[in-house]
Amino acid sequence: MKIAVCIKRTPDSESRFRIAASGAAIDETGLKFDIDDFAGYAVEAAFQINEKAGGGETVIYALGPDNVQETLRKAMSMGADRAVHLKADSVSLDGIAVAKALAAELKTGSYDLILFGKHAFDTSAGVVGTATAELLGLPCVTAASQLSVTDGKGTARRELENAAEMVEFPLPAVVTIDEGVARPRYPSLKGIMAAKKKPLESKPAQLGPVRVTVARAELPPERPAGRILGEGAAAVPELVRLLQTEAKVL
Amino acid sequence: MANVLVFAETRNGGPRKVALEAVTAARQLADASGGGEVHVLLAGAPGIGAKAEQLGRYGADIVYVVESADFAQFAREALASTLADRVKAGSYRAVVLGFSAQGRDLGPRVAARIDAPIASDITDFTVSGDTITVKHPAYANKVIMSLTLAGSPVVLSVRPSAFTAAEAPRAARVETVPASPASGATVKVTEVKEGAKGRPDLGEAAIIVSGGRGLKAAENFKLVEDLADAFGNAAVGATRAVTDDGWRPHSDQIGQTGRQVNPQLYIAVGISGAIQHLAGMRSSKTIVAINKDKEAPIFKVADYGIVGDAAEIVPALTAAVREARKGH
Repeated sequence: MKIAVCIKRTPDSESRFRIAASGAAIDETGLKFDIDDFAGYAVEAAFQINEKAGGGETVIYALGPDNVQETLRKAMSMGADRAVHLKADSVSLDGIAVAKALAAELKTGSYDLILFGKHAFDTSAGVVGTATAELLGLPCVTAASQLSVTDGKGTARRELENAAEMVEFPLPAVVTIDEGVARPRYPSLKGIMAAKKKPLESKPAQLGPVRVTVARAELPPERPAGRILGEGAAAVPELVRLLQTEAKVL
Repeated sequence: MANVLVFAETRNGGPRKVALEAVTAARQLADASGGGEVHVLLAGAPGIGAKAEQLGRYGADIVYVVESADFAQFAREALASTLADRVKAGSYRAVVLGFSAQGRDLGPRVAARIDAPIASDITDFTVSGDTITVKHPAYANKVIMSLTLAGSPVVLSVRPSAFTAAEAPRAARVETVPASPASGATVKVTEVKEGAKGRPDLGEAAIIVSGGRGLKAAENFKLVEDLADAFGNAAVGATRAVTDDGWRPHSDQIGQTGRQVNPQLYIAVGISGAIQHLAGMRSSKTIVAINKDKEAPIFKVADYGIVGDAAEIVPALTAAVREARKGH
């Protein structure tokens, strides 16, 4: 099958973040960037679908400044066949503008399947994948925690609030990937060497008008220091008293 | 005049809590935008119209009822068409949905169809003249972004429990409108597997009791369940370590890659407080931690902590909560 995977380059989620001098972004100094977690699951899902089908092509797309090329190489070192870099000065917070750029590029790709992470760690918005599907006029399954594709048809599981939904859908389709589908493989040394020779095409992103902008970025207020009430069951009466009188939740 | 349209998500034949919160947010937005009306789209299986009056109680001026047998399940494409057509039929400043599983799916669909800017998972907003600025926790709640949206209409999805549903009674006019068909190929729901009965969803619960590896074995989750039962209507959550080990279903996971919750009370039992977990619960109003390691990072975010063995402390707490709630 011909599968496209749209990935995002995001900072390590375990990082301690600081706000940049502009007051409208994080300070990227010293942060480690990699393929976003959910996009990584999507890349792995594409490999597994094509391995099961006995062949196919996996093409990786990413939008952003030149540094996303490093992330695209990483995906190729894991096993993707080629990559497309949609060049933009920054990755806009306007998910519709980004989706327009991706849809403009993907519409001529004749893909059987287009995968995204269900959202990216940085913006935590989950707009781009679904909006791209709409712009392409393709059926879209969001936040799939299980996915299987055979004979031009897909099935998926989605986790809902205290329930799960099983769905089926025709191809071509767009699926956004939740945790649970696949754990990404590590690049092998051979893969890293091979990736250097794989095709990486770079072209300007055709972003739509940007209508969502960051006015301010700030760290959330620190929680006031808590209290350790004591050790063992002996501390339970004091906890219950505080839940009644101070927190007023009991 | 700036009217606001709400998508009222339904489940089991009625609007969900997050739908009422969305109506409250829309009421505030309409009032802040020069006193517009709140219109609500209530779509569901035949019979859903009977719930329209409830939406008026929370501030809806008009409830558009769409009854269709197809809406007994999540007919995403037809719902998106119906909502997008309703937006086009009116003159709206904003479309408001809940940032629930359904709202996460529908919001971007509708924004793409009507070509409107969208902000997901917002916790607050301000209106200044023609500009709407929203607060959106990004980087797994570690950075709060204030986003400005240009143009009209805009699509906003509200984080569950960020807005408190408040009664603001109106004599809502009820109009029945037809469903719009899906265009093109669609996703078909083949089965819905309902989760544990008798407990609220993690996103809606006022009280959550969660367990981690410190419980030592899957069967010790009984302690967590019993404590949740003692509170009457509490939900049960878990850490990623525990859901990865299969002690609890994946859907119970609270954290960066799982559910993000903000209940009134969060009780963490045998949870060390990895960043992954804290990202999902640190905005809870009151946090209680029970852990044997007094150096565990969970105690840094907990309002109240008890150091010791969960097997000893939790049953004592369960008994004390039962005693305190006698008569409820």
